[in-house]
Amino acid sequence: MKFGVVVFPGSNCDHDAFYAISNILKKPVEFIWHQSQDLANCDAIILPGGFAYGDYLRTGAIARFSPVMKSVSKFANSGGMVLGVCNGFQILLEAGLLPGAMMRNSGLRFICRHVHIRVEQTDTPFTNAASNGQILKIPIAHSDGNYTCDEATLAELERNRQVIFRYTTPDGTDDAAGNPNGSIANIAGICNRERNVAGLMPHPERAVESALDSADGLVIFRSMVEALVGAAKATA
Amino acid sequence: MATAPTEIKVTPEIAAEHGLTAQEYARVKQILGREPNITELGIFSVMWSEHCSYKSSKVHLKRLPTRGKLVVQGPGENAGVVDIGDGLVAAFKIESHNHPSYVEPFQGATTGVGGILRDIFTMGARPVAVLDSLRFGPITAGKGVSEEEAAKNRRILDGVIRGVAHYGNCFGVPTVGGEVAFEPCYSQNPLVNALALGIARKEDIFFAKARGTGNPVIYVGAKTGRDGIHGASLLASAEFTEESQQKRPNVQVGDPFMEKLLLEACLEAMQTGSVVAIQDMGAAGLTCSTTEMASRGGTGIEIDLAKVPQRESGMTPYEIMLSESQERMLLVAEDGREREVLDVFKKWGLDAVVVGEVTDGGLLRVRDRGKLAAEIPAHPLAEGPVYQRPIGQPPRRNETAVDWFRFSAEDTNLTENFAKLLGSPAIASKRWITEQYDTSVRTNTLAGPGASDAAVIRIKDPQTGAVKRALALATDGNGRWCELNPRVGAMHAVAEAARNVAASGARPMAATNCLNFGSPEKPAVMWQFSEAIDGLTVACNELGTPITGGNVSFYNETLGKSIYPTPVIGVLGILEDASRVLKIGFREEGNVIVLLDGSTSVAGAQHAAPLQGTQQEFSSSEYSKTIAGIVAGEPPAIDLGAEKRLQECLVSLASSQSVRSAHDVSDGGIAVTLAESCFAAVSQGATAQLGAKVNLPHDSSPAEYALFGERGARAIVSVAPSSLAAVLETARQCGVPVQQIGQVIRGGAFRIEYKGRAVIDSSVAKLHDTWAHSLERTLKAS
Repeated sequence: MKFGVVVFPGSNCDHDAFYAISNILKKPVEFIWHQSQDLANCDAIILPGGFAYGDYLRTGAIARFSPVMKSVSKFANSGGMVLGVCNGFQILLEAGLLPGAMMRNSGLRFICRHVHIRVEQTDTPFTNAASNGQILKIPIAHSDGNYTCDEATLAELERNRQVIFRYTTPDGTDDAAGNPNGSIANIAGICNRERNVAGLMPHPERAVESALDSADGLVIFRSMVEALVGAAKATA
Repeated sequence: MATAPTEIKVTPEIAAEHGLTAQEYARVKQILGREPNITELGIFSVMWSEHCSYKSSKVHLKRLPTRGKLVVQGPGENAGVVDIGDGLVAAFKIESHNHPSYVEPFQGATTGVGGILRDIFTMGARPVAVLDSLRFGPITAGKGVSEEEAAKNRRILDGVIRGVAHYGNCFGVPTVGGEVAFEPCYSQNPLVNALALGIARKEDIFFAKARGTGNPVIYVGAKTGRDGIHGASLLASAEFTEESQQKRPNVQVGDPFMEKLLLEACLEAMQTGSVVAIQDMGAAGLTCSTTEMASRGGTGIEIDLAKVPQRESGMTPYEIMLSESQERMLLVAEDGREREVLDVFKKWGLDAVVVGEVTDGGLLRVRDRGKLAAEIPAHPLAEGPVYQRPIGQPPRRNETAVDWFRFSAEDTNLTENFAKLLGSPAIASKRWITEQYDTSVRTNTLAGPGASDAAVIRIKDPQTGAVKRALALATDGNGRWCELNPRVGAMHAVAEAARNVAASGARPMAATNCLNFGSPEKPAVMWQFSEAIDGLTVACNELGTPITGGNVSFYNETLGKSIYPTPVIGVLGILEDASRVLKIGFREEGNVIVLLDGSTSVAGAQHAAPLQGTQQEFSSSEYSKTIAGIVAGEPPAIDLGAEKRLQECLVSLASSQSVRSAHDVSDGGIAVTLAESCFAAVSQGATAQLGAKVNLPHDSSPAEYALFGERGARAIVSVAPSSLAAVLETARQCGVPVQQIGQVIRGGAFRIEYKGRAVIDSSVAKLHDTWAHSLERTLKAS
């Protein structure tokens, strides 16, 4: 089992994702340079947060054209596990690997704070170790996290149970009050219809130790590990 | 040397326009042995500007203590460096970007952050934290402040905050602390001081000394444009006039994305072992980096400007040498190994070009397509003039009791005034600001803004990621106190920053300073400066925090009026065990609230100061300013011995894990300290809303003095009853007087009694609402 963390020029959460996997999860991980088309036989790919290519033009708009994204798309389309965090989520949207788009936060400002998200689906490789309805405390740090899509897409996301995380209050009772950025339907994270590609705005890699105020993000990485172990057994 | 026919002939008038005095111009001619050409004049003018040469401050800065057994590098390099154990070092420095931030708040602030980050990674250290010390004019209209002025100040604040946030967030360094204060004197001259901290392995530290004749000089990073010519150097070296707003084109433009690439590329290039020296191009750009590297190395440098990557065509040597385009570096590589350096920069998509070489003979020689454009001995150019400016103590303020704060009658309920104080911009929660900063990137932040008295960052080993220790950083500087008494005010700045570090559990180890003052050409300002230096010297010696670097910002004046003298001090401390960070929030019902009061005289609290002395001291407090509009008197007297004992006590209590929370007493006094410890409870792990019931020890002092007085050397800790005896014993051993003043209670009551009477009686929720939202309400209204 091996994780790959893609490094775009301007990625700045690449080291944090690497650290979470190597030092906390204790799993093999390596960096993948944006100009490489070789995914180094990784079993799961993480697109980290940051400002890839300076986020010029639009968040993720240039990154989607980088050489590595050709391989990531191919990998995803053949069932490979891909997780996009924050800027990584934005890149997946631009690349068309996930539906919808991002707008500026409704408050028009960068926001960094712990938010609470509810796990809405547990039959994905990113949430299988969580319990349904589990509330996770994870930090956000973004200017453009206001997820949007047209009504038909939203209906389809809901019908296919692709909304996997929703913002909510700490006790999980008031989603609207827990929405930090104006995202439609309080969406914090989604997966594709095949459930092997997911993106979320909160940073699970920043919530992997109680010393950092929360270890709730670990469940997402543990889910990925379990899914990879399961897949390995199935093919063995 | 022949001058090109099209070139402007230098005259004494042109020299004067460049800010050189007649004596300075004469010295230029003496150094050259001839008249300078226009490029050379430009080079001298920026190198000898106040900002680059420190010509007015040098003689005083010499008095600062700069040595210590943990100091690896003191002032004189791009940043100070201290030993933090296990083969690791910390590089840190604070710098001002005041004038550009007034002219263009967003870009002024971004380039301020960008500049200080470059200073850190130039040393080979990866930046891990940024703090910002900000001063603005009043943001609400009131006595002497029009709505127009307040609105303008809100716009400046908004631009500065967005700028600081944008640069740090994009670069990927957490902005974890600092302070924000408001005074009318900063209305036309805000202060933007940015501090950055980086970590490196000791053997990986780099210096900016050009060595080895024939070694190639390589230009890397962004292309050179016409932006920022005379930006930092001249903007920061003259006072403001009404025309200063027209200097907007002189402000540089920052690109944090480019800087992030530059960071990664520089650190990677340094790892190849082929880099000899490196310096960033900040103020005075190519001029300053070539001159200083040659001067420090005792060598010369020769470059050809035709090779410098340029953003636009037709730039003159004068413009290229003086451009302050951002995100550029100059490095010296080992002869024959330049390819290794160039390859790394190519990988990161950055320009890197060999533009010249190190020479012997000590000359800075600039060619333009081979033709000589400037030739100046580097060392005298870098040294610059040294002035012993006249010092004149201003006449003593003639104050009497009528000018001072008059205490309220004994039976006054002070709850309403307290709420007003909590809602004032200086005391109110800064969350609206700090939430715009990425505070958690790099996953090292153990205590972000407001969580502890200092920002606390854990140290991951750069190779293994293993965590053992943590670093704490705090900045402080009370301009009002320095205006009233610059020597004592400066001592307080050091004492409070060090106390904040100790209250997070860390041992203060070193300091950096940013000295913001008015015009050095005014004897009264030089007196303030000299007094402040003396105060810093005494306090840094006493508290064991040598100054390892920083900067001086003079000419903080607009239309002839200076700001308060504002030395801002950043203190760095070390926590031997990263898991023992102290935070400010109360944790549990039933814990005992203990006041550590080093300021109490040996004879005890019964011997209060006479009323007049109390009045005089209290008139300099935040409460006096907010409630009565009075700023007068004297800052509280300072006892550095008591400060030192208190700090040792706090560090010892943290390491023995015998207290549940710690929070120093500062702006707004004990009442504010207690309230903030209640406010922070739930977010710091308390399972229920907590309040406080306190009975303040009393003497003959009025209640307002007991509640809101700002004497130093005090902190409030909360203690589980089972640890109380141990805490009292530790305090006794450290020589710090203690008093049990109350209890943490369940539910939201907040009650303080004094002389058997409730002087504050409210609820945490009510007080919290004012404190938490007032800044947001004020700023959102604009």
